[in-house]
Amino acid sequence: MRIGIDVGGTNTDAVLLDGRQVLAAVKTSTTADVTSGIVAAFAGLQAQRAFDPADVRAVMIGTTHFINALVEARRLAPTAALRLSLPAGASLPPMVDWPQRLVDAVSGSSHLVHGGHEFDGRHIAELDEAEVRRAAQSMGEAGVRSVAISSVFSPVNAEFEARAAEIIAAELPGVAISLSHEIGRIGLLERENATIINAALRELAAHIVDGLASAVTGAGITAPLYLSQNDGTLMDVDFARRYPVATFASGPTNSMRGAAVLSGLDTCAVVDVGGTTSDVGVLRHGFPREATTDVTVAGIRTNFRMPDVLSIGIGGGSRVRGEAGAVTVGPDSVGYELTSKALVFGGDTLTATDIAVAAGRAEIGDPSLVAHLDKDLVAAALRRIATDVADAVERMRTSAEPLPVVAVGGGSVLLPDEMAGAGTVHRPDHYAVANAIGAAIAQIGGEVDRVYAVEPGRRDAVVDEAKQEAVDRAVAAGASPSTVQIVDFDEVPIPYLPGNATRIRAKAVGELQLTDTKGR
Amino acid sequence: MREIGLEHLDDIARGAAILGTGGGGDPHIGKLLAQSALREHGPVRTCTLDELPADATVLPVAMMGAPTVMVEKLPSIEQVSIAAEALAGYLGRELTHIACAEAGGVNSLIPVVAAAQLGLPLVDADGMGRAFPEIQMVLPTLYGVRATPMSVADEKGNRVILDTVDNHWAERLARSATIDMGCSAMISSYAMTGAQASASLVPGTISLCAELGALVRQAREEHTDPVDAVVARLGGRRLFTGKVVDVERRTVTGFARGTARLSGLDGDTGELVLRFQNEHLVAEHDGEVRAVVPDLICTLDRETGEAVTTESLRFGQRVSVISAPCDPRWHTPEGLELAGPRYFGYDLEPQVGAAR
Repeated sequence: MRIGIDVGGTNTDAVLLDGRQVLAAVKTSTTADVTSGIVAAFAGLQAQRAFDPADVRAVMIGTTHFINALVEARRLAPTAALRLSLPAGASLPPMVDWPQRLVDAVSGSSHLVHGGHEFDGRHIAELDEAEVRRAAQSMGEAGVRSVAISSVFSPVNAEFEARAAEIIAAELPGVAISLSHEIGRIGLLERENATIINAALRELAAHIVDGLASAVTGAGITAPLYLSQNDGTLMDVDFARRYPVATFASGPTNSMRGAAVLSGLDTCAVVDVGGTTSDVGVLRHGFPREATTDVTVAGIRTNFRMPDVLSIGIGGGSRVRGEAGAVTVGPDSVGYELTSKALVFGGDTLTATDIAVAAGRAEIGDPSLVAHLDKDLVAAALRRIATDVADAVERMRTSAEPLPVVAVGGGSVLLPDEMAGAGTVHRPDHYAVANAIGAAIAQIGGEVDRVYAVEPGRRDAVVDEAKQEAVDRAVAAGASPSTVQIVDFDEVPIPYLPGNATRIRAKAVGELQLTDTKGR
Repeated sequence: MREIGLEHLDDIARGAAILGTGGGGDPHIGKLLAQSALREHGPVRTCTLDELPADATVLPVAMMGAPTVMVEKLPSIEQVSIAAEALAGYLGRELTHIACAEAGGVNSLIPVVAAAQLGLPLVDADGMGRAFPEIQMVLPTLYGVRATPMSVADEKGNRVILDTVDNHWAERLARSATIDMGCSAMISSYAMTGAQASASLVPGTISLCAELGALVRQAREEHTDPVDAVVARLGGRRLFTGKVVDVERRTVTGFARGTARLSGLDGDTGELVLRFQNEHLVAEHDGEVRAVVPDLICTLDRETGEAVTTESLRFGQRVSVISAPCDPRWHTPEGLELAGPRYFGYDLEPQVGAAR
């Protein structure tokens, strides 16, 4: 058995799974300390389906806690950025493109020193250790507790970042250190941004991970604890302490993968209908398709791998306006005020939830309060929702074959049973806890992203080398070797560079290796 | 536009990416450098070709090298002005105006950095009216303006002056120096008089970038189609809207060559094939050539209107492919010899007027 938990801003959902069968599913309120909400969720699972904690082989948690901390600019550690690039890069120091509010929130200071590599591995300048020590001293005097280190072309050669980390660690014992080559890909500013965000979240990560671990052990569970990452793979808790930034987009990813398991479809569009928006994503072979453009988080440009999600303003709280002939739904929503503003709750605002209740698709609040609604208006509003969602799905479709649609989330009662271009809309059981299920079934991954010099006739060897390294990284992260496969591969020649310089990205994933010998 | 301030940079970058025709490098770094320079030095004055004094000393500046390197080894503001000053020093002339060699991509904003740093006006014009991969591919070449003497400067303070027998040698030697400098260098080339600049440059292209960027932004704000807005402004055509179903890339003689295949959407049927070498060169719909270099072929995100570079083209993207007429001088026999389809290895007739 395994337990999946989704800690959202409002709700903490938990599921108990046996293989891919849902044994119990609960929804509780997220608590300020996170931990007590999880304790309550465990108790809820026990109440629904008694289980022996010793039979639980793994606990997987997805959380939006870290991205929320950044968006809200709170609980961020005093952080310094050290960049090894001089004499290059001085015009655009670290955090140059950050909103001032966040620079202030991390008490961000920038330190540029000599170092970094050229594209072909030569040194831009030698590392000046005394210069790094001076930067460390100044960080120490400023009360810095976390340091982000970046170096030019560190994804190709990380030696300078590693050496600078040793010096900082010796000068400032106990300070958390985040290295850019472990966090991002080519593109210094974006990689550095992600590293600084990671650094600023390290203390919070330690705190949250400790809380999660104590909640799990408190429930008598000795199995390992994992957190889910942006790409639908898992990290262990030690990794989560060091790389909290990798959890940022796990919410939509988990909801999509949960939908896949619940529906039994591994290539499909997933429509997650919440209170304010419907988020449409596409799964290919069980994994969310990634966004290809740069992703801005809280106003900071990064190059995280994030799922490609199209959000439209249709949810359970969307305002409904107009008459049967010209009805609109959304994009504005009453949001968390649904339970006071919607007609079914005695309010005065016509919402999509009222339409669903009037149409007999849901039993929420007092149905008699919407009995008076014009039948034609209700039908027209549902048609409008169906058309807009079908259009969003169509925009996300990337092959000629029809893409099956899976509907999850509390608001998915608004969707029709049939959708143009998709046929039947799948509404799996437990659709409301798809996120927690997605966390529970996440896999383990490893990735390589580097510039290789591909000599004539050696392309196949280089490609194999890159793929093998991705596989090795997945196995090192805890994947069962027999299940690991390459799920994504991309090679991009770098223009103008000699020696057929080629940027190769390979991603491997596999099932989590569960060492416990007990049956599922 | 009479001057370029911080508020114009987003639009210029967005528009320059469109004129980059798939290449030219992501203008993001250029925009950040320009922001930094304008914050320090204030807005940059601009000057139209009509206003340019005949005896002015005009120096175009540009970044040379791999855009993929520039996003790692960030150029510095000083490096840009060093390139211009080194060349002015060699020429023994006082520099009066900065110009833009390539309006497409990152090089639209590098001259803004130099002009701000040096306190000089920027000529609202460029040498291509788009992006091209090699130094000699500028209209001043057709007017007998020589690429050299030219300067190449790196971030370490190295500066090289080249004085070559022709513009092809300039490309070759500058490329070698650039690679040794770490594949990202600033150059100043095609020093010219005001009279030569007025005759040879493409007028108003910095303003055009700003205008295209603003059109895309406004269309998004007003929920109208940004691609239509771009097509209308450039006097071009929407060739195809589709999803990227395959991208094949290979490195040939130092350039990223490849093809992208798009499958139709929005009423477009069949398959559009894009052939590119850094920039888009040929667009074929079901085997029929619909547009070809030197006319502009641009890939724009179907929803947002943002330009999609050839490097970032990926399976699943939904893009609109548009074509637009280049400066008519590229369609002269000399222009085609410099940057026509045959130069790039395609035995195709340039489609004079086809994009109009």
